Amino acid sequence: MNADSLIPSERQVLIDDVPLLLVEGGRGEPLLVLHDELGYPGWLTWNAQLAEDRRLIIPMAPGFGRSPGLDWLSSVRDLACFYGRLLREAGLDRVDVLGFSFGGWVAAEMAVNSPEQFARMMLVAPAGIKPPEGEILDLFLRSAPEYLRAGIYQPASCAEYLKLYGNPPAQPQIEQWEEARAQVARLAWSPYLHNPSLPSLMRGIRSVPTLLIWGERDAVVPVSAARRYRDSMPGAQVALLQECGHRPEIERTQDFVNIVRKFISS
Amino acid sequence: MHIAYFSERPYHPLDEELTIAQGIWGISNRHFDPAVGARLYNEYLDQAVLAEESGYDGIVLNEHHGLVTCMGAVANLEAAILARITKRCRIIMLGNLPTIVGNPLRLAEELAEIDLISGGRLVSGLVRGGGTEQLANNSNPAFNRECFEEAHEFIIKAWTTPGPFRYEGKHFHYRFVNPWVLPLQKPHPPIWVPGLVSPETVTWCAERSYPYVALSTYLEPTIDLWDLYCETAARKGYQAGPENFGYLQKVIVAETESEAREIAMLELQGGRAAAFAAIRPEFMFPPGYNSRQASGRMARQFRNPKGGPELFVRRGDYDVAEAKKIINSPEQLKILEDSYRLIVGTPESVIPKIRKILEVLRPGVFILRHSDGPLDHETRMRLIGLIGRRLLPALKEMGSELGLVSPFDRKPGSQRLSSPGKWQRVARADALAQL
Repeated sequence: MNADSLIPSERQVLIDDVPLLLVEGGRGEPLLVLHDELGYPGWLTWNAQLAEDRRLIIPMAPGFGRSPGLDWLSSVRDLACFYGRLLREAGLDRVDVLGFSFGGWVAAEMAVNSPEQFARMMLVAPAGIKPPEGEILDLFLRSAPEYLRAGIYQPASCAEYLKLYGNPPAQPQIEQWEEARAQVARLAWSPYLHNPSLPSLMRGIRSVPTLLIWGERDAVVPVSAARRYRDSMPGAQVALLQECGHRPEIERTQDFVNIVRKFISS
Repeated sequence: MHIAYFSERPYHPLDEELTIAQGIWGISNRHFDPAVGARLYNEYLDQAVLAEESGYDGIVLNEHHGLVTCMGAVANLEAAILARITKRCRIIMLGNLPTIVGNPLRLAEELAEIDLISGGRLVSGLVRGGGTEQLANNSNPAFNRECFEEAHEFIIKAWTTPGPFRYEGKHFHYRFVNPWVLPLQKPHPPIWVPGLVSPETVTWCAERSYPYVALSTYLEPTIDLWDLYCETAARKGYQAGPENFGYLQKVIVAETESEAREIAMLELQGGRAAAFAAIRPEFMFPPGYNSRQASGRMARQFRNPKGGPELFVRRGDYDVAEAKKIINSPEQLKILEDSYRLIVGTPESVIPKIRKILEVLRPGVFILRHSDGPLDHETRMRLIGLIGRRLLPALKEMGSELGLVSPFDRKPGSQRLSSPGKWQRVARADALAQL
């Protein structure tokens, strides 16, 4: 492998006649990455590090601003089915998956649909389950920058957060966030960012080693939801990060990468 | 010209600094005093009855949820009461929000009952509703426009197609549509649509020959949208006329100039004169409610097309006490008056100004919006009587003189056009130039 393959590139795949944009980069076994509710934030430090021994495949979810929307798509379970088809058509058999927040929920729905799609599953503070204590922060009552700020426990000392969001956002960025918010509204307005049937259905997933990664100070998806996830998947491991909010990949990058590396090489 | 009375039925008194700090939507309802609410509802109903007795042709009701400047949360209840306690006036809903009730069949039934009780005096108005209405009722803003359009088609069908029938739409599904109670007016009550001159809505109305009512919008963009309406109407084979247009204008009238000015100053309190701009943008524009372009256009709609000073609008960090001083300054009132968003004076002194608006926009429906300030019942009643005695007769005469036919004088869409290229403007930009 040459070094160029570590630099992410974009390509379009057609599913029926509908284009879906994929960001890909890295070398090694494929790792499916599902972005969060505000869309793909770009190729960050953690991406570059994991790309050294994994080929990251990051679909831009339909309607989030990069891939066009699908008018029939009305739930996260629909999206999970659609991604299942993407995996089959891309020949990605028993792939490892890493899903963030909304994307973690999508991964869980995919596993519920068809556990054999995944070799291992890593869910980073996934939405999808109603937390037994606290509430999932409402993306629809606040601006994207405010929501992003709430995702970091200590934003003032988080270098990557400041680099990404420390300055007033440019217009294309604002538009992408607004597209993402609108699409999440179409898919998960009510019940908000969770699916009541998910915990019961998850009990059927036995064959997929699962790791839940959660910041103990998560102000977006309360860490109490980790318990509910664990109750539904008794085999799942939980990695809790202290002094960390909703975005361990940004706030505790090195720990995050180490945890993921250890799990996918086990 | 049909002249209608409108009051937004504001809740008051309310701590002014609260609305300056938080906007006019989203303030905790622990600041609501039910005893005050009980008194106000009854006062507002009495005022509407007096408006009818004073010579108004119609009473306009609107609906907002959680907005401190409007108590019309379930405006159909007020309409139902007015249907019984008024005799002659049209009861004009501007408008109902079919998307937020979640059940347009229920809305069709409510409106049919109001039409029946009133003896066929209902004007049904349908609106998408602002962003805040979607949040207040958990109605998905990303589907607002398509829900609105589907609910509208469904309501018309429920009123006009004999049941029972089944309805399978995208957002609404019914297995047995057969409302026993149907409206008195046939084929259905007139539908008017109020708005802030969004081209999509204007086109949508013109295609259906529904009168479009502009809500105190700046005259320049309103003229452009009138032209768009006429052009769309021509493509549909008819010449639009005054019967296709309404305009809502806030007018503060009192016995003397100084009293009128004193009352007009109350309009500014709490920053409410900035209307929707006095609401936090994340509440006003929830996700998917408007395209980015539409949001930008709406922001421009509140900006003076002639440039010049603007009303104070809460942006970023500001000092509440300092903002309060700016908001309650005579300069702010002058901005409102100069841009024609507020007309202030004695009955006689406001007439020339209103005449200008009528000459420019030529609406067949003219809605006088009364004070939105914290004004007591007695004063409101006195001013309604004053307007009835000394302003309405002159306005009626003016409407006839200017040929402003109302939708009740001439059915909108009934003037057929032989060729779509031959349409004529209704608004007169040349009259604007003389302002």
